[in-house]
Amino acid sequence: MHQKTLVELGAGLRQGEYSSEELTRVCLDRVSALDKQLNSFITLTEELALQAARDADARIRSGEAGPLTGIPYAHKDIFCTRGVRTSCGSHMLDNFIAPYDATVTQQLNAAGAVMIGKTNMDEFAMGSSNETSFYGPVTNPWDSETVPGGSSGGSAAAVAARLVPVSTGTDTGGSIRQPAALCGITGLKPTYGRVSRYGMIAFASSLDQAGPFARTAEDAALMLGAMAGFDLRDSTSVERAVDDYTGGLNESLQGLKIGLPTQFFGAGLDSAVAAAIELALDEYRKLGAVITEISLPNSQLAVPTYYVVAPAECSSNLSRFDGVRFGYRAEHPADLEDLYKRSRGEGFGAEVKRRIMIGTYALSAGYYDAYYLKAQQARRLIREDFMRAFEQVDVIMGPTAPSAAFRLGEKADDPVTMYLSDIYTIAVNLAGLPGMSIPAGFAADMPVGLQLIGNYFEEARLLNAAHRYQQVTDWHARCPQGYE
Amino acid sequence: MEWETVIGLEIHAQLATRSKIFSGASTRYGAEPNTQACAVDLGLPGVLPVLNGEVVRMAVKFGLATHSTVAPRSVFARKNYFYPDLPKGYQISQYELPIVHDGYLDIEVDEDTVKRIGITRAHLEEDAGKSLHEDFHGMTGIDLNRAGTPLLEIVSEPDMRSAREAVAYMKKIHSLVRYLGICDGNMQEGSFRCDANVSVRPQGQQAFGTRAELKNINSFRFVEQAINYEVERQIALLESGGTVVQETRLFDADRHETRPMRTKEEANDYRYFPDPDLLPVEIDPVFIEEVARTLPELPEAKKQRFMDDYGLSAYDAGVLTANRELGDYFEAAVEASGGQGKLSANWVMGELSGALNKAGLEIGASPVSAGALGGMLRRIEDGTISGKIAKQVFEALWAGEGSADEIIETRGLKQISDSSAIEGIIRDVLENSPKQLEQYRNGQEKVFGYFVGQVMKATQGKANPKQVNELLKKMINNA
Repeated sequence: MHQKTLVELGAGLRQGEYSSEELTRVCLDRVSALDKQLNSFITLTEELALQAARDADARIRSGEAGPLTGIPYAHKDIFCTRGVRTSCGSHMLDNFIAPYDATVTQQLNAAGAVMIGKTNMDEFAMGSSNETSFYGPVTNPWDSETVPGGSSGGSAAAVAARLVPVSTGTDTGGSIRQPAALCGITGLKPTYGRVSRYGMIAFASSLDQAGPFARTAEDAALMLGAMAGFDLRDSTSVERAVDDYTGGLNESLQGLKIGLPTQFFGAGLDSAVAAAIELALDEYRKLGAVITEISLPNSQLAVPTYYVVAPAECSSNLSRFDGVRFGYRAEHPADLEDLYKRSRGEGFGAEVKRRIMIGTYALSAGYYDAYYLKAQQARRLIREDFMRAFEQVDVIMGPTAPSAAFRLGEKADDPVTMYLSDIYTIAVNLAGLPGMSIPAGFAADMPVGLQLIGNYFEEARLLNAAHRYQQVTDWHARCPQGYE
Repeated sequence: MEWETVIGLEIHAQLATRSKIFSGASTRYGAEPNTQACAVDLGLPGVLPVLNGEVVRMAVKFGLATHSTVAPRSVFARKNYFYPDLPKGYQISQYELPIVHDGYLDIEVDEDTVKRIGITRAHLEEDAGKSLHEDFHGMTGIDLNRAGTPLLEIVSEPDMRSAREAVAYMKKIHSLVRYLGICDGNMQEGSFRCDANVSVRPQGQQAFGTRAELKNINSFRFVEQAINYEVERQIALLESGGTVVQETRLFDADRHETRPMRTKEEANDYRYFPDPDLLPVEIDPVFIEEVARTLPELPEAKKQRFMDDYGLSAYDAGVLTANRELGDYFEAAVEASGGQGKLSANWVMGELSGALNKAGLEIGASPVSAGALGGMLRRIEDGTISGKIAKQVFEALWAGEGSADEIIETRGLKQISDSSAIEGIIRDVLENSPKQLEQYRNGQEKVFGYFVGQVMKATQGKANPKQVNELLKKMINNA
């Protein structure tokens, strides 16, 4: 049963082949059996899950089921879930029981999806390997010596290992697409403003966006349909009707104009990854797409720009973790300053502290113009590159990451090399565009991700392009050994 | 050396919205600690601010009333600093692009001098919570009820040259925000408070002296005291060869002094940057016009109208328009009196204001309604009672003894205007005072007053004084 997609499981549930409770138990059993190795969950919510499954079963029996009703899913531990620990992968929030639900949580609940637990992640979503988590690293189901990517590493590994059919993630600088690529699954980062950020613990507010992980584009489309929408509680969410993401999945790709940014295929790209991407592009040619080279001349600005904007915003966003009202509080503080210093010093890990310091520096008097303002200007240039490109092409494609999954510990002590693993994904966040990663072959037996980038609110077009590719390939159906 | 004082004020006016600036929690004052702080006010992980549209409308009203530019686009920024009553570790405020800027307000320095005070900017921001240092056994309690309360910070140009001017300006702003209905002006509850930037410079010097910022001033009296103290302190310092350091000083209302809080070196680097959780506030001209149509008559216009319509002096019109309630009361009294503008003004500013002051009441709580007062003024005007008797009637009105007419009737205070009746009384008085009559005839004309007094005494003050004078003059010469 665990090999079935969301679409197949939904059909089975509605036809009464099995109940959501049975399905949920299958998932929970797989977690107990397999997650010691993976470490993809921080918190399992067994009782809540079974209760939600029984409610879903009642709803299915009454004929009011939607496509997600009764479907188990794993929720990244960055989304607030009422009554359940919401740790954000940090010692700081190890004791934090959220008193309210994030909008995404509410919407998935309303759709009848069944949350079985909260997944592991880089601390406060800061990382590209899931190694900065207070709860220890997640391992890649394809090779337990390698990383699953990050920051949504737990959610990606759980879907790749068939613990759950779908999961949620967030993507600030590639945190959905890069782990999807490294774990060989499908991940989608929507247009900034498409999914509400309310209740999603902020890393960098102008970049953060939630999206789904699934094994197929079709499943991702159904998940996105439930997650997306305008939310009065998030001023940056966009008041715009949610598209029908499944309706156009099968449309022909004949004449689809695909642009390949030359900058995504230069030095630094692993040759085996490049070869896999070339083969994937051949498939698109066969499907009738027209492929041209394009230029995104300011691409090289993306990583440095990101590492000013994101830390600047995070340095402010994480100020609320001060030991006063919630979260970790140092014992026996001598005075107020001691309370602040030790609560934050002991509660945050090294990468979080590094970024808070970088961001604080970038915003300081005398440096603001040189860093923050400059970064905003660079951000505009990056956005304009994309806008010009979309005058010529419908979809931009390229590798999601410069290499397949790297070994645990390999880059942990070298932040700059680690930051470069997001070199192809970060510009998309800076521009606020939708992006996807889909499985496109292997490099030395590890999955390779093909990245699809669309114009604003063109998630449906990306899903269509991904789905058609998945109709003629089976990369997305490959299962890591030991998880069949 | 002659010194000149330079003052600029930053006034914080709490906007009179029902809910907070970025959340739906109530702004009601005086609730149990932390009962009016929702997830957003507490700065819980994941929450987001949503702007209360009403504060924008209120800020636009203020901008229009102060001849300011209303910015087509203004931006909320984060002011970052750590403090226990600042839940998010930053205050959401407006920094580079405020919603209102470059306006002015005219103040009356004395009866015939008007001075224009520039308004640099007015921006929207959220208030912090309160730290409570008592009752916690050496620890500090935090009350976040006030966190997120909307404030309009109104920053003046350094255009004031004395504590008196500063008070006049502050009173004018206080009156204006209440006229506009955007702030209740309650200073005890902290709804209206100010910081003063104070410096001195040698008379005639162009450059400003080093300023001190005086914090925590919550009454008109304290503004005057704090500034005067600070000016004396700075002058004494400079004259003894010292220098003023740029610093923030706290005004201590109990000891009538200011003392240092933090110097420039200790000042925070607030690391302002645009808040990515909020969109810029875009205001189009149509919205501004719509708000303009809802503006009440403003003090300046009302003052001019009172002068034109009721023939009041500039001073009287100024007093009566200093707050909206007083002006409304006055006009209602005029109406009830049958159009007696000057008479109404005299009574409202005289007897009524005196009684209210004595009782410590605001005009809104006056035991004598505008209608009741007007009803009495009507009886003065038609000669039913004299001005003197009216004071008795007013006291009875204050005591709640009914309408003016009822009081006049039950107490028998109606003025005697019947000539034959008055003539009879005068005759009696003249007959009973031969000695005084003799003195009068010998040229002591001031004895005339004695006779008037006797007539009034005999009628218990009810005789029409004008008639008494006329008749007495005629009869005394014939007697």
